[in-house]
Amino acid sequence: MSDLRPINDHPDAAKLEGLDHTRQYDFQLAENYSYKSERGLNKRVIEKLSYMKNEPEWMLKFRLRAFEIAEKKGRPKWGPDLSHLNFDEIFFYIRPQDRKGTNSWDDVPEEVRETYKRLGIPEAEQKMLAGVGAQYESEMVYHSLKEEWEKQGVIFLDTETGLQEHPEIFKEHFATVVPPEDNYFAAVNSAVWSGGSFVYVPAGVEISVPLQAYFLINAQSMGQFERTLIIGEPGSKFHYIEGCTAPTYNSDSFHSGVIEIIVKDRANVRYSTIQNWSHNVYNLVTQRAIVGERASMGWLDGNLGSKVTMKYPSTYLMGEGAHGEVLSIAFATDGQHQDAGAKVIHAAPNTTSSVVSKSISKGTGRSSYRGLVQIHEGATNARSNVECDALLLDEHAMTDTYPYIEINEKTAHVGHEATVSKLNDEQIFYLMSRGLPEDAAMALIVRGFLDPVAKELPLEYAVELNRLIELEMEGSVG
Amino acid sequence: MSDNRLEIRNLHARIAGGETILKGVDLIVPSGEVHALMGPNGSGKSTLAKLMAGDPSYEVLEGDILIDGESVLELEPDERARAGLYLAFQYPVEVPGVSIANFLRLALNARREEGDEVGVMEFYAKLQRAVKALDWDESIIERNLHEGFSGGEKKRSEVLQLLVLEPRYAILDESDSGLDVDALKVVANGVNAARGPDFGALVITHYQRLLNYIVPDVVHVMSSGRVIESGPKELAMDLDAKGYDWIREKHGITASGDAVAHA
Repeated sequence: MSDLRPINDHPDAAKLEGLDHTRQYDFQLAENYSYKSERGLNKRVIEKLSYMKNEPEWMLKFRLRAFEIAEKKGRPKWGPDLSHLNFDEIFFYIRPQDRKGTNSWDDVPEEVRETYKRLGIPEAEQKMLAGVGAQYESEMVYHSLKEEWEKQGVIFLDTETGLQEHPEIFKEHFATVVPPEDNYFAAVNSAVWSGGSFVYVPAGVEISVPLQAYFLINAQSMGQFERTLIIGEPGSKFHYIEGCTAPTYNSDSFHSGVIEIIVKDRANVRYSTIQNWSHNVYNLVTQRAIVGERASMGWLDGNLGSKVTMKYPSTYLMGEGAHGEVLSIAFATDGQHQDAGAKVIHAAPNTTSSVVSKSISKGTGRSSYRGLVQIHEGATNARSNVECDALLLDEHAMTDTYPYIEINEKTAHVGHEATVSKLNDEQIFYLMSRGLPEDAAMALIVRGFLDPVAKELPLEYAVELNRLIELEMEGSVG
Repeated sequence: MSDNRLEIRNLHARIAGGETILKGVDLIVPSGEVHALMGPNGSGKSTLAKLMAGDPSYEVLEGDILIDGESVLELEPDERARAGLYLAFQYPVEVPGVSIANFLRLALNARREEGDEVGVMEFYAKLQRAVKALDWDESIIERNLHEGFSGGEKKRSEVLQLLVLEPRYAILDESDSGLDVDALKVVANGVNAARGPDFGALVITHYQRLLNYIVPDVVHVMSSGRVIESGPKELAMDLDAKGYDWIREKHGITASGDAVAHA
């Protein structure tokens, strides 16, 4: 995918003729192979990007339309402070080859490198996480899994390849869950998306081993505007995992993904992600699932890093008896604002949902829970339960909760519970009296607080999460 | 040999910034012995226990606490624990989401060098022996630390931890309160299982009842922030039969708890 063929070989070269500047790039490519990214977001950047990706025309049109929508919409007027986010300074598309060149291992901040070392992550993976561009050697285990999946008709590719190799399935579902009109950041993503995963699981197929995005990881899928499309045909069942608990270093300060999931009747899909961006990143993500009759969607969403995160996994329960579940973890340390939560829309009878949110604020960190439960008229006997617990580790740490509940149906049962607790001195003394140093005692209390969510993670992720919390708590004793 | 003991020397202490509670406690528990510490409510027994473990809500004004001749006054609670001290709490706290097994493995490893962590099989064997000694169901080790535990279960958990961590000196702060006779026997059996030449214990109790099952070598009586009397195990019987007044009178202390000047 990432190789650039000469322009004459491009199957879509003809389609691009309408763009008057194509030839210019063609020349540049052929001559010195250098493509210069430019800062800022404009039509020219989008056209270039689409061309470089060798996309069908409908995708280019879609991107340009999305750009117009973004222009019209403007940024949201609610939520965390985004005033320092300046688009004119940002590269909206960097070719994977160039990304390699611009990020060198020496540029990765010492603290990030140190964390990798202490988490015991192999060097190849460290470089991949740091965006230095080393191709991750896919493990043997992946190849045998891949064969197995292919036999069952499962498609698991990066999004660009998905578009190229399965244009019909792709076009039928793409942007049906999150249209560019949805919100400003979804419109920006639609205009410049790059990377992400494309997953298609045929009717009745159950996959026991989680589909892990890191199998696909290469420079492509690590984009700042990743676009993931997941389709579960009727009766299918699978778990998709993305992200990594280790900090992901990115010299780009803006990450805005869109995740679309279609859970057809009686299908059961889980999507888990743990994100730990370096502390310079604005992480503004739209992730949404539509869920059919008696189908079930589960989100596990962990937000550990970044400067500002805005992320509210949404579940639209469209079919009778559909079920949605959200487990959410947020950890905000000095200077961070985690604005996370969940949205659940009950649009059909006998639909059920549950949201459990756990947030931790440390130092001057701030975590907010922002949630919406909506029960439409006619969605009889809908049931929803929301529980959000906040833990404050320091005097200056902050937490806030914005729960919105809209009920337009008399038979609905909706519960909401919120707790705020502080780190308890008695607990710390007790644990220390058993021999645990103070920071280890605090880390253990935090781990225990997160346990109801962490135990839903596959073991290796849970272990990493625990180690990460220990690292975060080190040196926190004054 | 003579140095192997838990020692409290002329200890004066108060609630941080508040009322003085200990007014010159002297006490020695040699390794290999079990001593009982009795006394009326408010005499300072629990304060003494927490102070020895390093509870930061109290401050020492004068005196010293020593393990095998070394002062531990400047040590943090975790350092005291690693030096061999253990406190069985009167009211152990709940720590949600932390299983007993996980917690104890961490606590054991905190006592060992990095790279010398306890083996998984070795750890579970040890834990299972302790669970058995307390006549408990094995599933207990997967339960979260004291979450939803009854009063009796909490006391049992404190003794379970003692058996796994194998401290050199243990302080048991009213490990009998609120227990029925059967539970009392179980807890006592647990403590007796820990007895040996390299183990010393200070058993704090209101009632002689516990001492029928954990027979002490020496009984101390505390009142108004001091140890006022020490004697053989029969002293506990006397206290049970006659109460504390006679012993207070003997030392010139009023029942209200305040010491009458007694230079």
